[in-house]
Amino acid sequence: MMRPYRPKDNVQKKAYYTDRFWIAPRIPEEDVSQDKVYAADIEKIKAKFDIKKAYIQRGQLVVIIDPVINKELLFFLRDELGYDMLMELSAIDYLAQDGEFEVFYQLLSLSKRKRLRVKCRIKEDEAIESVNPVFRSADWSEREMYDMFGIKVNNHPYFKRILMPDDWVGYPLRKTYPLHGDEAAQWYEIDKIFGKEYREIVGPEIRDAAWIDKTDTEQFARYGHEVPKGAPYDSEPVKIDSFNEDAPLVETFDLKKSKIVDRDR
Amino acid sequence: MAQHQVNYAASGGLPVALTTVDKIVNWGRSNSLWALTYGLACCAIEMMASGASRYDFDRFGVIFRASPRQADVMIVAGTLTKKHAEFIRRLYDQMAEPKWVISMGSCANTGGMFNTYATVQGVDRVIPVDLYLPGCAPRPETLQYAVMLLQKKIRKQSIFQKQKPKRLV
Ligand code: SF4
Repeated sequence: MMRPYRPKDNVQKKAYYTDRFWIAPRIPEEDVSQDKVYAADIEKIKAKFDIKKAYIQRGQLVVIIDPVINKELLFFLRDELGYDMLMELSAIDYLAQDGEFEVFYQLLSLSKRKRLRVKCRIKEDEAIESVNPVFRSADWSEREMYDMFGIKVNNHPYFKRILMPDDWVGYPLRKTYPLHGDEAAQWYEIDKIFGKEYREIVGPEIRDAAWIDKTDTEQFARYGHEVPKGAPYDSEPVKIDSFNEDAPLVETFDLKKSKIVDRDR
Repeated sequence: MAQHQVNYAASGGLPVALTTVDKIVNWGRSNSLWALTYGLACCAIEMMASGASRYDFDRFGVIFRASPRQADVMIVAGTLTKKHAEFIRRLYDQMAEPKWVISMGSCANTGGMFNTYATVQGVDRVIPVDLYLPGCAPRPETLQYAVMLLQKKIRKQSIFQKQKPKRLV
């Protein structure tokens, strides 16, 4: 699928965010019987497990399950059906929409050259079973999932944050987390290094990239016209009354006047 | 009358040079600025390039050291994350006086393009900075110029300075 073509001339003049609330078109869900390999696989899965839904999307099989059977199903997929690599594992925040997280496992079968995605939904306060015994690569992914979304994972061998510091407050990849950080995040380094009482001394972060202190003539030039460095903000600007208009901008090179060293070179 | 009359005052009279303590100490300090190897992000590539043979930092006396105990100047080259902030303060406190800090690149100066929850908005929130070096990333020439400006600054300083307050995390 290609993105629709839009004319690009004068694109700078247009408002940047005209498309802000654009909703991506749904990718069609095809029936599993379209693909022989997938159809055979889903037969075997259905014989053993209770799955909620299965369909093919963009040539990949998507299986939606109940979160409690995730480990058993992945064991089965790995050992019986040959999906022997866990490519990716993470979650999507649907808390605002449905009050749930969607956890997904993206698998690859090297022998069949097929990909399969297992999805399940859990509530905010629910924990999910670790798939670390099935795929070792799940170790760090599950820690990252906890770090970024706050999803607890049961029976993980070393369950702690992976990217953010251990004493971090909040889960940054949740949709409700502000981009510039909550209060704990904004003062994190000050609180940790100097202590809370230093907040007043250091002051808040300057997050506005265009911020200029108009009255500070030490570090910024005054808008419109220059005052000498360090002069009071409301003092008179420096006036340049006259300059020599006849003075040449570039002096022409004069062979006779100039001394040339090492002429032979 | 001595056969070889020596004019002591003229240059080349005798190998004697007159100077002040400030001048000779600062001459030594400014010309052997050992830098702490402190690459944090992409700016570190430019810092490494400055250290390598084409730009050759050694001729300024800037030799990169792997230990803060042996370093005089900390070149903060790159993005300082909040997780790392305590370590930069610790390394800074471990450097022996006198010490200087060059903040290299937009990220170290102001947080740069990383206007996010995880980036410290300027290293000067955590450690005192002597020289801010603009650019993303600054070219090696810029870093060389910054070091030369720092040398200029050091030559103007008195050798008796107040110790900067320490605070170990
Ligand atoms: S200032 Fe630019 S080059 Fe330097 S660390 Fe930041 S993003 Fe990288």
